[in-house]
Amino acid sequence: MKNLFGITTALALTAAGAAADTKIGMITTLSGGGAGLGIDVRDGFMLAIAQSGRDDIEVVIEDDQRKPDIAVQLSDKMIQSEKVDIMTGIIWSNLAMAVVPSAVNQDVFYLSPNAGPSALAGAGCHENYFNVAWQNDNLHEAAGAYANGAGYSNSFILAPNYPAGKDALTGYKRFFEGELAGELYTELGQTDYAAEIAQIRASGADSVFFFLPGGMGISFLKQYSDSGVDLPVVGPAFSFDQGILQAVGAAALGVVNTSQWSKDIENATNAAFVESFQTEYGRLPSLYASQGFDTANLILSALNIANPDDADTFREALRAANFDSTRGDFMFGPNHHPVQTIYAREVVQEGEIFTNKILGTALENHADAYAGDCKM
Amino acid sequence: MSAILVIEQILNGLQFGIMLFLMAAGLTLIFGVMGLINLAHGSLYMVGAFAAASVAGATGSFLLALVAAFTVAAFAGAIVEIVVIRRLYRAAHLDQVLATFALILIFSEGTRWVFGSFPLFLDVPSYLSGPVTLPGGIEYPLYRLTLIGVGLLVALGLWWLTARTRIGIQIRAGENDREMIAALGVDISKLYTLVFALGAALAGLAGALVGAIQSVQVGMGEPVLILAFVVIVIGGIGSIKGALIGAILVGLTDTLGGIFLPEFLKLFMESGAATQTGSALASMAVYILMSVVLIWRPTGLFGARP
Repeated sequence: MKNLFGITTALALTAAGAAADTKIGMITTLSGGGAGLGIDVRDGFMLAIAQSGRDDIEVVIEDDQRKPDIAVQLSDKMIQSEKVDIMTGIIWSNLAMAVVPSAVNQDVFYLSPNAGPSALAGAGCHENYFNVAWQNDNLHEAAGAYANGAGYSNSFILAPNYPAGKDALTGYKRFFEGELAGELYTELGQTDYAAEIAQIRASGADSVFFFLPGGMGISFLKQYSDSGVDLPVVGPAFSFDQGILQAVGAAALGVVNTSQWSKDIENATNAAFVESFQTEYGRLPSLYASQGFDTANLILSALNIANPDDADTFREALRAANFDSTRGDFMFGPNHHPVQTIYAREVVQEGEIFTNKILGTALENHADAYAGDCKM
Repeated sequence: MSAILVIEQILNGLQFGIMLFLMAAGLTLIFGVMGLINLAHGSLYMVGAFAAASVAGATGSFLLALVAAFTVAAFAGAIVEIVVIRRLYRAAHLDQVLATFALILIFSEGTRWVFGSFPLFLDVPSYLSGPVTLPGGIEYPLYRLTLIGVGLLVALGLWWLTARTRIGIQIRAGENDREMIAALGVDISKLYTLVFALGAALAGLAGALVGAIQSVQVGMGEPVLILAFVVIVIGGIGSIKGALIGAILVGLTDTLGGIFLPEFLKLFMESGAATQTGSALASMAVYILMSVVLIWRPTGLFGARP
């Protein structure tokens, strides 16, 4: 029932619409298999809005059902009939590619709380587009860097056969200095990895890197731990977020994953965020929730300086990123993507709960590889 | 590529096929006996997995979880049949598709409403976890071997049920001529409810068995459903034997295609491109198999001749 909080807040804020000066449109995934991510982003975002105590902000929340065509319809509706000033919320890169370019060209600000496709970071960057999470390749690059540090020299790598999967393997290979024992593209949505695990066993690799977000990662890890193959595994945080770790259980223990956020990053904002999120929703926040929370706080910090109507001042205020991030200091690069530290975390058990603990830094002040192509 | 790897992959394909069979058996019975296209079969698979995960979470017993999956899915199936499906037997296939598609949405959002949006935990019991060493030095997960065994037992049970029992005779008669067996005094609507519940229970059992090594989440049934339809089309609609052979064919094609096509392409292509092309071709392999079978035998391998 706690999940309903975000919706009721949104409705309450909508009801107070007459007084609202700033309208924010959130298109995110709230139904279907990928709903956990959207719900976390929404809950983190609405928590920050509620904590700000401002009643002049109206947030309109819509469910894209993880379908690009629906996302485009919602975006048209938000821009043309709701007349929103700022948009946010999209989780998946293919949906972001369908919505963001046309939205920012209609003078709406778009702040991405998750998806960071390379096309929008490089040649397709835009002055009204900001990414508060990461460029897609970042966490994979960090995994490659971590693997070097851990002394791995022969990795078996796998990802689903779709654009973000290819970005993932490219990102890992960009930083990993060792050899590849094998490289596999699995089907998107695949649930059985017995065949891949058999190949890993036969490959003679000394480590495994995988990017299998959501349910795919749960399946892979459970089957991997049951297979008797005991090579070390490294991956991005997407298969180890707080929402799915309980479903993986002990199979994930000890696995190293890379993330720009962790609940044990030491700063006052993060501590307060983790505590208030847990009080409000009765569960631990995930990295997605932290991204939603940071996105809202960035918007709030810019609103304190200017209204979105005053586009140039508002944009400058966003670019300054003068807010308290759950990640500590927060800074944008020239293409409006974060320049940030990415950590290596280990999955641990705290009482009944499986969660992550920071092992160390994988990449310090890391910018993305596409910033050079951005002519803003 | 060693012989061990090949044998291990054949076992994997076999195990995948046997799990598909549990789904396809119910689907083919329902289609064969009642002439109903049931898209919601995947939802019953999900119901089984969620029932198993909740019971395993509460009691810690995997066996009880399987019993719960079987029973809950059977009940859900019976209720769905009585409330919704019963009105659809005389309707056109398109109406059936529409109504059962609506059931998918109702089941999915209903499950989310009860269990939330995050995947549930269901694990292999400790006495079945870990690998065993087979003759020839092949290490293979014990749980997957158990799945093969359970699936074959179910296949045997179904064969016995349809070939050797009175209910089975009625089911087979229902496939051939429903008016005639109604005229002979068989309560056809009770028979339909029973067949539907049996199909649902098998799907639920499959969901629970597979859920232990995969992710128990909303929408988990739909990808399996598509393959199960491929299986019954290949095997011949209404034939349990066809479903078994078709499922094993699809399982082996899918698994071995994913491994050997990229390897094969590497013989005359650059490695990265071979991997990508091979993966793309492999995902088409089962559909190519289906087309070839349909060209050769338009009613499927064991379908009734028109």
